[in-house]
Parts: sequence; C-alpha cells; structure tokens
Amino acid sequence: MLLRKVSQTSALCGAVLRVPPVLSGGQRQAGAAAAVQRARLYASQAAQAVLEKQAAVGSDAATKAEKKTAAAESKSFAVNIFKGQVQTAQVFPYPSVMNEEQEQFLRELVGPVSKFFDEVNDPAKNDSLEKVEDHTMEGLKEMGAFGLQVPADLCGLGLTNTQYARLVEIVGSHDLGVGITLGAHQSIGFKGILLFGNAAQKEKYLPKLATGEHIAAFCLTEPASGSDAASIKTTAVQSPCGQYFTLNGGKIWISNGGLAEIFTVFAKTPMKDPKTGEMKDKISAFIVERSFGGVTNGPPEKKMGIKASNTAEVYFDNVRVPADCVLGEVGGGFKVAMNILNNGRFGMAAALSGTMKGVITKAVDHAANRTQFGNKIHSYGAIQEKVARMAMLQYVTEAMAYMISGNMDSGASEFQIEAAISKIFASEAAWTVTDECIQIMGGMGFMKDSGVERVMRDLRIFRIFEGTNDILRLFVALNGFQNAGNQLKSLQKALKNPIGNAGLLAGELTKRAKRKAGLGTGLTLQGTVHPELAQSGELTVKAIEQFGAVVEELLIKHGKKIIDEQFVLKRVADSAIDLYAMVVVLSRASRSLSQGGASAQHEKMLCETWCMEAHQRVMQDVKALRSSESRQLFKNMRAISTAVVENGAVVAPHPLGF
Amino acid sequence: MSGRVLVGVKRVIDYAVKIRVKPDNSGIVTDGVKHSMNPFCEIAIEEAVKLKEKKLIKEVVAVSCGPQQSQETIRTALAMGADRGIHVEVTGKDYEALGPLQVSKIMAALAKKEDAQLIILGKQAIDDDCNQTGQMTAALLDWPQGTFASEVALEGDKVKVVREIDGGLETIKINTPAVVTADLRLNTPRYATLPNIMKAKKKKIANMKPADLGVDLTSRLEVLRVDEPPQRQAGVKVETVDDLVAKLREAGTI
Repeated sequence: MLLRKVSQTSALCGAVLRVPPVLSGGQRQAGAAAAVQRARLYASQAAQAVLEKQAAVGSDAATKAEKKTAAAESKSFAVNIFKGQVQTAQVFPYPSVMNEEQEQFLRELVGPVSKFFDEVNDPAKNDSLEKVEDHTMEGLKEMGAFGLQVPADLCGLGLTNTQYARLVEIVGSHDLGVGITLGAHQSIGFKGILLFGNAAQKEKYLPKLATGEHIAAFCLTEPASGSDAASIKTTAVQSPCGQYFTLNGGKIWISNGGLAEIFTVFAKTPMKDPKTGEMKDKISAFIVERSFGGVTNGPPEKKMGIKASNTAEVYFDNVRVPADCVLGEVGGGFKVAMNILNNGRFGMAAALSGTMKGVITKAVDHAANRTQFGNKIHSYGAIQEKVARMAMLQYVTEAMAYMISGNMDSGASEFQIEAAISKIFASEAAWTVTDECIQIMGGMGFMKDSGVERVMRDLRIFRIFEGTNDILRLFVALNGFQNAGNQLKSLQKALKNPIGNAGLLAGELTKRAKRKAGLGTGLTLQGTVHPELAQSGELTVKAIEQFGAVVEELLIKHGKKIIDEQFVLKRVADSAIDLYAMVVVLSRASRSLSQGGASAQHEKMLCETWCMEAHQRVMQDVKALRSSESRQLFKNMRAISTAVVENGAVVAPHPLGF
Repeated sequence: MSGRVLVGVKRVIDYAVKIRVKPDNSGIVTDGVKHSMNPFCEIAIEEAVKLKEKKLIKEVVAVSCGPQQSQETIRTALAMGADRGIHVEVTGKDYEALGPLQVSKIMAALAKKEDAQLIILGKQAIDDDCNQTGQMTAALLDWPQGTFASEVALEGDKVKVVREIDGGLETIKINTPAVVTADLRLNTPRYATLPNIMKAKKKKIANMKPADLGVDLTSRLEVLRVDEPPQRQAGVKVETVDDLVAKLREAGTI
C-alpha cells in the first residue's frame, strides 16, 4: 500500500530500491528493525537467548538508541558494516591508549610474570595432577595475579584492560589451565563486583579477592540452561521483611566451584510488573559467600582439558543471602551477566594469541631442524603454507585483542559485537594453529612430551564456554541485523515523505544503484590506511559494500523471520568476522608501516595475504546468501539432519549390507 | 655503623637469549634483545634484603651503571626489597668500554659517599664473565673481601663468610666495612611480585654521572674483534679399534 504510493511518486524508487517485499509484507512488519527487536518475544530455543542478550546488553542503551534511531550514530565498526558503512573511529589509527607511566609499569610487570611461568609453573604437572600445584598457587597469589584489575587502593594492581591483556597473554602462552583458574576468578568470578558493585560491596569483597585469599566463581549455567541462559531455574525469593533472599538451586560446570569462597550467582526472583501488576520471574545477580551456609559443591569434574582448573557443581540449599548482596538491581541480573561476559571476552583473545605464539615457536623450531628427503622440512611448500597461515591467524587475533582492549580503555561502550567476534576468532584460530603445529611436528607432536597435545585438549573448551561460538555467531548476526534494521526503518519513514526527504532518498538511491551496477558507492579507506596497503583497503571496502547490500536484502526478504534462518545467520556472521579481521589487520599493519619498524614489510605481507583471502571468503558467502542453490543446500541439510535425528543414527545402510 | 648495604645490579642480556655477533665483529647485537638483571646480582640483592629483614642492617641501596634502561634493573631490585636506587649514567662509547675497573671505581666512590658498611656484589656477570669487580672494589677501598660467598652472617662489626673454594668450603671472618661477592648457592632469589613492583614505583632512584663522583672512566683495554665460537665439525664413525688408531694417526694426534 505504502509502496504503491511511493512508486507512484517515484518509479525509480521501486525499481532501484527494490523494497517491495518488506513493505508489501504489510505494516505488521513496521520495519524489520522493530521485528528483530520484538522477536525476543518470539521464543525460539537458542535464538531466544541471543535476543534476550541483545535486549539485556544494553537494555537502556538499546531503548534509548531506538528512540533516537538515526541520531545516535554508532561508533562501532562492526555495527556499521551491517549498514554497508565504514566507521573508522574505533579502528583507525590502531589504538595506543597507555600513557608513559602505564607503559613503563607494564614493562616492569612482563618480565617477572614470564619468569614465574618459565621457572615455577609446570603445566604438565598441573595437567597430570588435575590441579594447580600448591606452591604455584601460592606463588600466583603472592605475585598479585588474582587481583590484576582490582583498584590499587583495594589491594589490587589497578590494571587497564590493555595491561591486563598483555599479562594474560603470557599466562595463555604457558598454561591455559592456570589461565582458567585466574580467569574464572577475576574475568567473570568477581568482575560483577568490579562493574556493578556498590562502594560497600567493593570494599568488603575486593581486597581479599585481589590477594587470592578468597577465590571467586561465576555461577550461571544449570543442567537445563546452557546457551539459553534466560531459562535458569535457581530461585531467590525475597523474605517478607525484605532483609534477605532465600536461594535454592544447582549450578553445573562452575570453574573454581570447588575452591571458591565468593560466588556471583544468577537466580530468578519473582517480581511484580509495575505496569500489569502480574508476578513475573526476573533474573537477579547475587554475591554469595560460602560462609552463608547451605552452599556445597560436587567433586571436581573429569575433563578433556584445562584439567588443572577446578570445575564442579555448586548447590544452594536454602541459602540466606542478605539483601545487601544483590549485585546491580533486583531483576537486572541478565544485564549483569551479559556485561560481565562482554567485558571479559577480549581477555580470551589475548590469552589465546599467547597460546598461538607459543605453539608457533615449537612448530618452527621443529620445521627448521627436522630433515626429511635431504632437506629441512621448512623448505617444503606444504609446511610453508601451514607456517604462513599460523602466523596470519596469530597476527589477526593479537590485533583484535589489543584493538578491543584499547577501545574499552578509551571508554567505548559499544564493543559487544567486536568482543564476540574476537572470542569466536581467537578460539578457532588457536585450535587451527595448534592442530597444524601438531601436524608439522608429526608423530612428535602427538606425544605427550612435546607439550602440544595438552594445549590442544585445553583449547577445545574455548569454542564452547562463555557463549558457544555457534550462539555467538547468531549474536553477532542478529545484533548487526538489529542495527541495520533501525537504519532501514528510518529510510522507510523517509519514504513516507519522499519529497521532504528528497536529499536522503537521493543519496540512498544512488548508493543502491551504484552498488547494483558493481560500482563503488564512494566508501573508501583511502587516506586512512597506509598508502602501501591501498589495495587491501579497497578489497575491504568492496567486501563491506557487498555485505551491507546482502544484509539489507536479507532483512527485506526475511523480515522478523530472519531469527529462524540460522543457516543464513551463520554465513552473515562469518562474513562479519572476516570483515572485522580485515580492518583490524589493516589498521595494525598501517601503523607498523607508518612507524617503519623492522617488521613493517612482513606485516604488510601478512595483511595483504589475509585481506586477499578474506575478501574471497566474504564474496563467496555473499554469493551463497543470494543464490537459490544455497537455499536448496540449506533445505537439504535440514532434511538430512532431521532424518538422522529421527533415525537416531546415520540413515544409510552399511555398504556391505550388514 | 651506618647499617647501609650497597648492592651492585648489572643489566645484562637475558640468560635465555641466543647471543649473536654483529656482522662487523665489533661486538654483539644488543638492540631489541631481552635484558634482565645478572643472576648473581639477584642473589646479592636477595642476601642484602634478607639481612634487612633480619634487622641486621638498615638500608639496602641498589646501584647500576649504564644507560637509561639500567633503571629497569634498579626497579627490579627495588621490587625485590631494596630501599632506594642510584643510577650512574654511562652511555655511548663510555658504556662500551665500561669494565670491572671502571665500575669498581664507581662503587668505591659511592661506598665512601654513602658511608656503606657492606658492599655485596655478584661474583661475576654472565655477559663478560670477568669476576673482578668485587676484588677490585675491595682493593681500591682497601677493605677486606669475602668472595664466592655461599653463606654470610653479620656478627657485630665482623662478617663471617663461607667461601666456595676448589675442593671445599672455607670459612673466614673479616672486619667491616667489607666487600662480599655472591656465589650461586648463597640463596634462592625471590620473584619480584606485581604488588611489590607497584610499591617500588614510589621508591627513589638518584641519578648521577661518573664525573659527579670524580671517577675517570678511561679504559686501557681495546676490543679488537668479537667472534662466535667455532662451529663443531661433524665427526666420523669408525668400525674397529684399528680404524680408530689409523684415523688418529692420520690426524697426527698420536
């Protein structure tokens, strides 16, 4: 209806903009944006959690942003690529956020931490004991490793995110089991107190947590609630007097669960909806001390990797939690949980970039010394390709980790897509790099003594915990769609009054016309990237243009149903990840070229190679997202999966017939 | 009794770094190479800090001679427990020619200036392996020396030093002020913990030049050439004793 009106006014509109589906789809879809936003009411397993998260992540910010829509332009690079735009504020130049004193302090810390891990910590021993050796644990506490980001006046070191990342990288290169013990403590265990705690809570808990006298744990996951975090069953019922909450429930797979004294616990609290007066369960976050009584834990779990870290079930049986121990607001727990996780993800990227550095050293040491067929094996192309790819993956991950920590340190509030991307990228890159390290080392790599098989086992969990990569991909895609949808909505509004918005529409129409004709839309990274990287910059821009276009097409095509299109969402997320990786290395390599360091040309090569391949991958994904063949492909996969699940096993009979 | 101990801390290339000789054989590559405190100096600092913890002395002063970066080494000493630092800035050509004699002159001058009761040094540095600074410092000051210490005990105005000598241990008792050099087994140095590194930020490092101490850094030594150790040549396997003897004859060794 609307469309007809519009196209009467401007025939070009319909022809070039090609918006008919969304509009003829009816006003019930008043903008795909609102659709995605509303879609959280739309219960659908995994996606629900993601959407809940979306809403929760910036519940205030999001609503505000929506009210302002166009007014609040996002500074996030990742948010903008979904609109086919290039926003360089957060990515260029490569962040350099430490002042001289912070840098000097960090320089002094790096040596002793490395030395401690080189000389005291024994990762193989920790792995076989399935715990961090006692003297190592004591050493780490003395070291101050348990309170890296706690303010100095509360017995911590008061490190910035960037400083923290640099130290965590050292831990990651030596022992991920220890890394998890430390991370579960401070990256998630008590991060809630740092981020949301009031002054009294901070003063009460942080000093003992910073020195490691008390260990902390983060309790979200339950037997029936993994990725779908909103579905937790643990309850906290407020006493009639309001003085305390009674906590009941069980949490599983809690890192440090058997060691912790302080728990950040998420539970449902029945609350009255101020509008309807109905009682509704909302999630709240609590600081729970083991000494409250009623807190118990199961035996340490037997795991594939990160064995040195303690993982256990934690039970809460009529635990009386004083009302003072609510973290943030009653009913605001989801926001607390998601902020904690968002704030911690860069640390994983930093740690894993260290892990990769470590295994790459082992791989090249072997490649440079092992002779087969009369030559050192590094002289063979098969090995060279592996080493080159390993180096690129490490370079990208490291660039992401410090890009995000830098953004966070300079006060950016919008980094959740980037943080999620870094977690996905780092965990998959580290897996690939370690796998290839073992491959280069051959049989030697498969042996326990080489120390790489442990790394491989330790790494596996990183693609699963703190938001599985699959869920995070949906999160990246849906978050992006939501923002792109907002823009589309304002465009749609403009279409209602084409004359008053002639300028805007003309711009948008030209953009689309050009994009369709395969011409550049005027987006450019020229002048931003180093001239020597102009070509890579262009590839990135081209990929962003095509990506933005396909995102819009998908929104128009699927509307709110986009949340059910997981085959599509996965590919959209893959492209977003590649695009972010491209711009991050462009930024880092540009800086290196400007500074003219010894490695500048090497970094240029890493960047160019990465961008060439990433561009190809994005283009392929874009093509697949547009093609009808891929629709058939998705349909097939859905059918195959359904059949296998129904059969409870593979369907095809054995080729031998028995 | 001043109760003050002066400890020398030298900034050297880290023990784990593979040393590379400059292409023109004028020295070794130091740019962009990881440096840390000479391990024997760590032992010296540890011993001084222990004496302070036992309240046998009052103040530990860490001294390092070298370029700006030497301050990082002093910071490490401060983080380990030294009370303050003195950085004697030596740069450029002077730094290249800085040897045991020059450093011992600086240490001797500082010992007088600071009214030190004891100087503890590492027995040698892992870069040049000179093993001379302690002895020279004692000589210049005309103080007694207890070198290669594996045990140090302050007894009034005397120091009992158990020395590691060839074939055993020697226990000596010397008067203070004295110079002691630390051997490997004297103690196990502590790790500089992060909170202590933070606290060390507040400790003072005084900066001075050798000229301020009236020390002349002229060196009588000239480095002509630095070479890598010759690469070991591949050996030969022999089947029998006769073959071995024949080969040895061939090589002219028997």
